[in-house]
Amino acid sequence: MDFQLSESQRALQDAARKYARDVVRPKAPHYDETSDFPKDLISAAFELGLLNMAIPSEYNGVGLTHLEQVIVCEELAWGCAGVATSLIANDLANLPIILHGTDDQKKRLLAPFGEKLKLSCFCLTEPSAGSDVAAMGTTARREGDEYVLNGSKCFITNAGYADQFTVFATLDKGKKHKGITCFVVEGRPQGLTTGKHENKMGQRASNTTTVTFDEVRVPAANRIGEEGEGFKIAMATLDNSRPLTASISIGIARAALEHSLEYSAQRHTMGKPIREHQAVQFMLAEMAMNTHAARLLTYESAQVLDEGQRNTLQSSYAKCFAADMAMKVATDAVQVFGGYGYMKEYPVEKLMRDAKLIQVYEGTSQVQRLVIAKELFR
Amino acid sequence: MKILVTAKRVEDPESKIKVKPDGSDIVKEGLKYKINPFDEIGVEEGLRLAAKHTGEVVVVSIGGKEVQEQLRHALAMGANRAIWVNHTGPLDQLGIAGLLQKVAEKEKPDIVLLGKQSIDDDQNQVGQYLAEFLGWGQATFASKVESLESDQEKNKVPAVVLSADKKSVQVVREVDNGLATLEVQLPAIVTTDLRLNQPRYASLPGIMKAKSKPIEELTPAALGVDVAPKIQVLKLSSPPARKAGIKVPDVATLVEKLHNEAKVV
Repeated sequence: MDFQLSESQRALQDAARKYARDVVRPKAPHYDETSDFPKDLISAAFELGLLNMAIPSEYNGVGLTHLEQVIVCEELAWGCAGVATSLIANDLANLPIILHGTDDQKKRLLAPFGEKLKLSCFCLTEPSAGSDVAAMGTTARREGDEYVLNGSKCFITNAGYADQFTVFATLDKGKKHKGITCFVVEGRPQGLTTGKHENKMGQRASNTTTVTFDEVRVPAANRIGEEGEGFKIAMATLDNSRPLTASISIGIARAALEHSLEYSAQRHTMGKPIREHQAVQFMLAEMAMNTHAARLLTYESAQVLDEGQRNTLQSSYAKCFAADMAMKVATDAVQVFGGYGYMKEYPVEKLMRDAKLIQVYEGTSQVQRLVIAKELFR
Repeated sequence: MKILVTAKRVEDPESKIKVKPDGSDIVKEGLKYKINPFDEIGVEEGLRLAAKHTGEVVVVSIGGKEVQEQLRHALAMGANRAIWVNHTGPLDQLGIAGLLQKVAEKEKPDIVLLGKQSIDDDQNQVGQYLAEFLGWGQATFASKVESLESDQEKNKVPAVVLSADKKSVQVVREVDNGLATLEVQLPAIVTTDLRLNQPRYASLPGIMKAKSKPIEELTPAALGVDVAPKIQVLKLSSPPARKAGIKVPDVATLVEKLHNEAKVV
């Protein structure tokens, strides 16, 4: 156990912080307002190696450890949570290949991401199958050397701009989660369509659309894992990605705390800066304490993975605690700002809208609690 | 061509610097450190020169083990290898220039790039001493003609221009009343000013690669340099705190105060 970041961890943190401060922050209000796709910010991130952090270096990726990824991701989210979500969506979509792909699949489906800017998306959620993955309605049927996909997915990050789709579909609905299988669709073949960009409450810089499959043909060589292993692959992927979503919460909370510290020093009431009032101090102290607690949980959940251990429990602790914490901290930041905090001219209402999504995506806070309870009963 | 660049470890200019109550030093607990920003500009210029003329960038720093962090930063930006002169304890500009002289004699670079000064002591002496010790030409305060938003800057073209026969460089310098252009024979010392370039960000793959780039360790003793300081720092003190401003009720009072108190009108 070591609570000090190493020299190279600090160097990575510093690189990500510069990008977040100098490249992302000046543009974040624009992309929040317009909900346009931040192509320029994503290109800049690609040039700096802030995309594809999880792809191993032997397959052209950046090859960071899980702990390094969460350290970097907190900085990205401090810049803008929507941009951070777009950036890590590539890793989320590629994790099934990283974790369960063959060497051939990794060479074909991962290595091109290092050569030029490519986006990928993780297609799991459906209109009637969010937390209840086993209720999945998208189907796959085998025809010779191919599988044929039919069905639709929703709330898919980056889908509108994706060059590759990691798709979960069932070979037999009757088998429930044992029928689910994972496929990678390259490019945009005939029958694959993406819907309009959703008008979201927060994280508006991230692109979110539906994806529809109408007789989409996938070569059998692009099936990740065996038939029926999709559910297991999806769960392993989410175990790996929860520390990252937790770190997005921490980035939001840290931004909220910093804005609150600055504002509470400037704003005067009853003849003194509001941060000299105990009521405000208590809020600031709670914000700082909980942000740090979430960071420690998140670092642990990442380090457990780096040590090659199963981290289902720790990553649910981290994701659940961090998401709920960020919502509370961002809400308190609006409170510290008072009426101004509710106005779009000030930076904290965006943080509150951005934080809400983390309690919802990649397993709601309620699902995380179910996972935790299930782990406790093991 | 070979380019030697310095990378001094300095207090992060964004951190709050406090002087110890006894005035012996600054309070170092909790301070952050980074590469001297002028040296970082030197690293960037070195990388651009090396990219244009197929060369090697060697970065050097003097200090305890902690200066490896700044060397790694330069390596992450793209420098090829590093030299660490392991020395703890006081060191003045003459000592630094003496050590750099020996490193330069060993490495035989075509150009030595240094920040015009380091932002901690603001001495602005080492480059000039080094040129004198080596007997090489020098061009201090290197700047550029184009704006930092120019295409040349975006395409990372070096502003220090190598002549066709590769025996000299042309350097635009910032001087009090404008810009002066110098032609300097190689090998030469060039010190960098603020407007020379915009240093690139270290990329994540660059940081990962830097971990395996070599850092050679040298010592003042091995280099045969006596670094006993000839300058002694007697006392540090903070600049006087600025007094709070006042509000005046009307223009007449303002003029009266400017005339009688500030004595500026």
